[in-house]
Amino acid sequence: MPQELHYLRESASQTAGPYVHIGLAPGAAGFDIYREELGRDIAGPNAKGQRIRVEGLVIDGTGSPVKDVLLEVWQANANGHYAHPEGGGPVEDGFRGWGRVITDFDSGEWGFDTVKPGPVPGRNGSVQAPHLNLWIVARGINIGLNTRMYFPDEADANAADPVINLIEWEKRRATLIARQSEDRDGVPVYRFDIRLQGDDETVFFDI
Amino acid sequence: MKPAEYHQRDRSLHPPALTPKYKTSVARSPRWPMISLENTISEITGPRFGHADIDPIDNDLIRNYAKTGDPVGERIIVHGRVLDENARPVPNTLVEIWQANSGGRYRHKKDTYLAPIDPNFGGCGRTLSDENGQYAFRTIKPGAYPWRNRVNNWRPAHIHVSVFGSGFLQRLITQLYFEGDPLIAHCPIVHAIPDRDAVQQLTAKLDLNATIPLDSIAYKFDIVLRGRRSTLFENRLEGN
Repeated sequence: MPQELHYLRESASQTAGPYVHIGLAPGAAGFDIYREELGRDIAGPNAKGQRIRVEGLVIDGTGSPVKDVLLEVWQANANGHYAHPEGGGPVEDGFRGWGRVITDFDSGEWGFDTVKPGPVPGRNGSVQAPHLNLWIVARGINIGLNTRMYFPDEADANAADPVINLIEWEKRRATLIARQSEDRDGVPVYRFDIRLQGDDETVFFDI
Repeated sequence: MKPAEYHQRDRSLHPPALTPKYKTSVARSPRWPMISLENTISEITGPRFGHADIDPIDNDLIRNYAKTGDPVGERIIVHGRVLDENARPVPNTLVEIWQANSGGRYRHKKDTYLAPIDPNFGGCGRTLSDENGQYAFRTIKPGAYPWRNRVNNWRPAHIHVSVFGSGFLQRLITQLYFEGDPLIAHCPIVHAIPDRDAVQQLTAKLDLNATIPLDSIAYKFDIVLRGRRSTLFENRLEGN
């Protein structure tokens, strides 16, 4: 017998199930228990940069909106810094860069308010275009799905983005780029529909 | 040594997206292969939480929603450590749980199972692991319940567990099962996991030493997140 390596194995994922709201958004399940639910305020009051709104649907393989999704976002601030010791630099007081939203039980719509992130460093001296990192869980999703949302008004940065350029099928790259909607109360609105399956299936990442 | 990249996720122990015996997965599973990304700053960073975000009572499901007395059911303690694949503790990380009550009913407006709501039980809790990665909850053992997949499918007793780690690529949601539950062997959601040892790893073991005599039974459940290399011969992530 060769030597043992003695690594532990990662715990296996299991679906978040239909009642994920109880744990992670109890107000939506229909009760009030915590002083404060986490993930409601992504950018905080002091964040610099352009305030934006992001909205969309998660659509299944039959073309129907999925109405029991929980979606988390992780993003840099306008300077391209993440709120983390290895995040590249300081962030504004109150900027967490993380948010958690659910899809509406009737319409399947989700949405959140934040600031537009700046470009962040990529590997080997490259620059990543501004993007939001998204993580999607729901009943029927056995392991959380990772994707990214890029901005339609960053065409040059997107064209140079090392992650977008990893996608061999150029046609599929468009699934990661939000659509610009009409401004609302002077705030730019981006529309990002996520397709789990079927025509125009969104690109998901094994990160 | 400065930590380098995270270990590649061992997908062979995780359920694949498409598991037809768990019917809901069929229309919700991507068909194209995922694009594999080398770690960047976007994946190795992740949200951090502190004691200002939560309250001490949040990890006590026997008391955190009690209105007129304690909830009905078997009093249990669930405790363990959050570790990484290198067996290092993951400190100060947020652990959130949710579950049905002792009758198998969730406090959720979409749950219509005929078992009653317990007026003293909310069914969710959250805590931060300590500097050694230890965490603990006090709760009621959840009941089994039927679910619509085939007409006679029952979920084994389980607690949903959500963990963050220090990088967004460690984010994980899983479920805790209880040693000795005969329904584990019949559950299509459990069977989505292709690896028997990985199922065992999600099964909490009775821990008599941690039991509080004349009060609560204890179960031990360690949670393992992806580990990270500490490599000498590596280009830095930002490569400059």
